[in-house]
Amino acid sequence: MTPEAVFQVLQTLADLPFREGYVRSIIYVSLYVSGTAVVLSTLFSIPVAIVMGFTDFPGKQLVKSIINTGMGFPSVVVGLLVLFLVSNQGPLGSLELIFTTEAMIISQFVLATPPITAISLAAITGVSENVRDAARALGGTRLDVALVVIKEARYGIATAILAGFGRAISEVGSVLIVGGNITSASGISKTRTLTTAIQLEARQGQYDTAMILGAVLLALVLTVNAVVVRFGDERSMNR
Amino acid sequence: MSKQRSQSTADSAAGASGKTSRRAFLGTVAAAGVAGFAGCSGLSASGQSDAEQAGVAGETLTLTTTTSTYDTGLLDEIHTDFEEMYGVTVDAVAQGTGAALESARNGDSDVVMVHARGLEDEFMRNGYGINRRDLMFNDFVIVGPEDDPAGIQGMDSATGALTTIAEAESAFVSRGDNSGTHTKELNLWEAAGAEPGGDWYQETGTGMGEALNIANQQGAYTLSDRGTFISQRSEIDLTILVQGPIEGGPEILSNPYGILAVNPGVHENANYDLAMAYIGWITSPGAQDAISNYQMNGEQLFFPEAVSEDPNFQQYVPEGWSSGSESE
Repeated sequence: MTPEAVFQVLQTLADLPFREGYVRSIIYVSLYVSGTAVVLSTLFSIPVAIVMGFTDFPGKQLVKSIINTGMGFPSVVVGLLVLFLVSNQGPLGSLELIFTTEAMIISQFVLATPPITAISLAAITGVSENVRDAARALGGTRLDVALVVIKEARYGIATAILAGFGRAISEVGSVLIVGGNITSASGISKTRTLTTAIQLEARQGQYDTAMILGAVLLALVLTVNAVVVRFGDERSMNR
Repeated sequence: MSKQRSQSTADSAAGASGKTSRRAFLGTVAAAGVAGFAGCSGLSASGQSDAEQAGVAGETLTLTTTTSTYDTGLLDEIHTDFEEMYGVTVDAVAQGTGAALESARNGDSDVVMVHARGLEDEFMRNGYGINRRDLMFNDFVIVGPEDDPAGIQGMDSATGALTTIAEAESAFVSRGDNSGTHTKELNLWEAAGAEPGGDWYQETGTGMGEALNIANQQGAYTLSDRGTFISQRSEIDLTILVQGPIEGGPEILSNPYGILAVNPGVHENANYDLAMAYIGWITSPGAQDAISNYQMNGEQLFFPEAVSEDPNFQQYVPEGWSSGSESE
């Protein structure tokens, strides 16, 4: 995106028929929910991928199949499952999580974990045997070998995290069900994300404002990707 | 400079106090008296004061409702008043009548505002909802393309218009989403004695705005609540062909909205106090005025009916209910 294009988008945004702070608050909720979910997914997925990449155990293929199936799981079904979990009648009902950002984080965690695990695992297993052998030959412990492999696989892992983030921030089915698409009366988002806001505009037949919010979402994902890629490059230069 | 200013303020204050010293004295006595009285009452009520201070302030009310009340902007417009009055937050979840009642049935909301009397009655009879009030109404209209291929323009009978559409097999878009509008549409087909089906009848499973857009693009007929149609009229080419009762059309197209509290006997966690505060507020003359003053494109969208000299007792119970029939 050129600076002029960014400026034009911002100018269009200023003219939008939204109340003050509305767009900013839904961007914030989107980033907060998807960001938290992806951080939690990453903390869970990377160790799983490492264990699976370095050990053999009975049923490993089955676990792999489950993870790969999870990548294609419809978000609306995940939303329904989480709804049963956090609804007043469900096992977590007493925590009163329904229609909160916490419930949305749970469902996006479920959605983002399979792609992050699967792609990290592919990256780890894709590291050449020569690298592992060299690390072992230099007298590395199992931990050293693992660290070397992760370092080699870091671009793949970064891609995995971005894929998980992409899945989380672009899904609409589950956050709509468990979040409820709520704003305050003054138009500040409580559980409304960019995607559910787009859905709301489309439901009202306001396709032009829906498209503009879609452009905001696209710009947001582009920015996050650019930041992650830049971050990765700098780290590799400082190595 | 700031010193000068404070000096002059002090001077003028001294002058003022000189002139009004008698009044100030009286004021001081009165203030002392009030303080003393307040102190006494504070002592006598000290056992309860903690609970009283807590009240409902800071709590959150979850309202599940239909898309038509939310999408027209009515709720955001009037809720600020309630939130300020009680110091609470209202989380309005726009789901459509069927889903709104289902959320309440699961204990996930405190109060429900919907527009399908049959479903509300079932909800009450099953014990989930209590203290139902008639809230407001508008009406449904049958809209379609201006060239009106089936020729229903100006018909007095909604069922007659639907029968005509079915016979002509003109395209008709149905919400198909268990919403209040969809429920009304199915009731109309039943009353017309027609069984909708075939290629001309399309269930979209979408909200009213989207359904209107689909009907617009396909030159089809559809049933819409007047509020959503008005809010979208400028963007589509559809026109009202059969009016509802507000514009002199048949009574069968009336669209009454009810409000119910979730029964705290079924769902302990339901915020019953706040739900009743909300129902009390929204059926009060002030909030009812706010509803009737709410306009879009210069037209009134909702007509309040909670305040009446002659309340309709049927608003509190399922339709047709009588103590005799229930006790048998």
